[in-house]
Amino acid sequence: MNRQAQSAVLFLLGASLLHAGTTDLYLRYVKAGLQPLLLAAGAVLIATALATAWYEWRATSHGETATTPSAAPAHPEPRVSWLLVLPLLALILVAPPALGSYSATRTGTSLQEPLAYPALPAAGDLRLSVVDYAGRAVYDDGRTLTGRRIRLTGFLALDRDGTPYLVRMALNCCAADAQPVKVGLTGRIPPVLQPDTWLEITGTYTPHRVKDPVNDGPIPFIEVTGARPVPPPKDPYDETWNT
Amino acid sequence: MEPGGAPPVATTEKARNRPDTPTGPGSPTGPGTPTGPGTPTGGDGPAAPTPRRLTSPLALTLLLLLMVLLQSPLRRALAAPVMQTWTTVFVAVMIQALPFLVLGVLLSAAIAVYVPPSFFARALPRHPALVVPVAGLAGAVLPGCECASVPVAGALVRRGVTPAAALAFLLSAPAINPIVLTATAVAFPRNPEMVLARFVASLLVACAMGWLWHRLGRTDWMRPPAHGRHESQSKGEAFWDSTRHDVMHAGGFLVVGAMAAATLKAVAPEHWLRAAADNPVVAVLALAVLAVVLSICSEADAFVAASLTQFSLTARLAFLVVGPMIDLKLFAMQAGTFGRGFAFRFAPATFVLAIGGAVLTGAVFL
Repeated sequence: MNRQAQSAVLFLLGASLLHAGTTDLYLRYVKAGLQPLLLAAGAVLIATALATAWYEWRATSHGETATTPSAAPAHPEPRVSWLLVLPLLALILVAPPALGSYSATRTGTSLQEPLAYPALPAAGDLRLSVVDYAGRAVYDDGRTLTGRRIRLTGFLALDRDGTPYLVRMALNCCAADAQPVKVGLTGRIPPVLQPDTWLEITGTYTPHRVKDPVNDGPIPFIEVTGARPVPPPKDPYDETWNT
Repeated sequence: MEPGGAPPVATTEKARNRPDTPTGPGSPTGPGTPTGPGTPTGGDGPAAPTPRRLTSPLALTLLLLLMVLLQSPLRRALAAPVMQTWTTVFVAVMIQALPFLVLGVLLSAAIAVYVPPSFFARALPRHPALVVPVAGLAGAVLPGCECASVPVAGALVRRGVTPAAALAFLLSAPAINPIVLTATAVAFPRNPEMVLARFVASLLVACAMGWLWHRLGRTDWMRPPAHGRHESQSKGEAFWDSTRHDVMHAGGFLVVGAMAAATLKAVAPEHWLRAAADNPVVAVLALAVLAVVLSICSEADAFVAASLTQFSLTARLAFLVVGPMIDLKLFAMQAGTFGRGFAFRFAPATFVLAIGGAVLTGAVFL
């Protein structure tokens, strides 16, 4: 790859980082806190591309053959640089979705004991995150949940034996470390279950729980009274553990 | 499979250079290909630009055009859940690592261009027994993960820092900087001793590797790319030239590592781990291997370790010590920066010493 091509790859790479960072696209892959770093890196890559192109142009236009790549054969780039085209194509052309039910059913629930159980609003429906509900249900035996109408939002995943779970992937840095937190569904489950659909579940606490077949982690259940499909949230991952 | 499998365009270019490799640029030739400075790269000799020649800008344009044309079959091919997960994890590792790689590359370019070699000669102690722990402790000031430390260590070697010290820095920096230690404290709220154990074990192993290199290492194993500034280059030109070179070079190897990590995340079944957790010895080895293959950023690995609740704390410490020092992505980047002969010797030694250090520290602190 010569310097013009390198400069083009660097420019496109920087531009695609800027594109991902300025839209919500980056939230499918990394935590929200990485946005400023992404934008800065994109800007540096573009600056590098422009600087490369400028020095290259200056060298050829001044006829300084001494600094053209042919006279400076010290380091032609290895062919491995061509691989940088792959993330570019994957990000711009394919833009893969956030991790869904496939990884959720292959990975054990990663529920951890919460440090504290902040007080909940006294009246009305409880809007909880899947992680919050699961933590209170398992490690607080549902003390703060009994007798309340609860709303949870997550995507649907079906176990190998057909048990439906409402799942949220919890993320610490990037999708490579994302791990599911699962809540089992029982009661008036919707008749048609399509994995990866985002649902808002209305239901009540039930002490029923099972062990995740993958890692023996605890999976609490919720007694479903209603379910409606909702659009995927802006940030598909749960980032409460990032604080 | 992956998008780069298809391009017949650049194959032509490759085939001209190396008729024995019928592979396209997209195939993971990575560390297996001789990528040394001596290898002729295709088509960039502007000496005689015959009009019909397939130059690399042309190849790149054709490749991109082809991919845009083929994007709907490409999307269909990637619609299967396995391929979707693969692509998502691949893109995620790249996006997460690129900012840190860029940070490391900028630092390394600044060291290479603006810091005179005499600075390190004056700043660092001369005695190897001393310089190694000093360099190891200096790793604490590089805030970032392992992607940043490889180019910086490469620049240190080129600036005349003794390799033993640069390697101690390379190994300790991603594990003992404040960001990573804070993340560890957050991930293990009930086991604050994990933070201390991680710090001690990582520093210990980094110093041990530095001293080991000093005793046994040979300079001809290490092949830092000839990277010198040409006399005619201004400082600014040299800075940007170094930045461009390092991003293209280390970035290419980062892609290899990201592909390996994505493959394992998408394909390897997790229930293998459950069987391993029951035996204490197997548990340590299993998590050490897992740290190598998962290639998670050192700022995030503590959270993954915290979730592996079926394993002992010592096994999880091994995960945290091994991961930042050696994983697939790092191996690919080290092979690119220091040469394959170096990486094949250095990586296994690091792996063994890291496990030993973790077990030893675990026995004392945990």
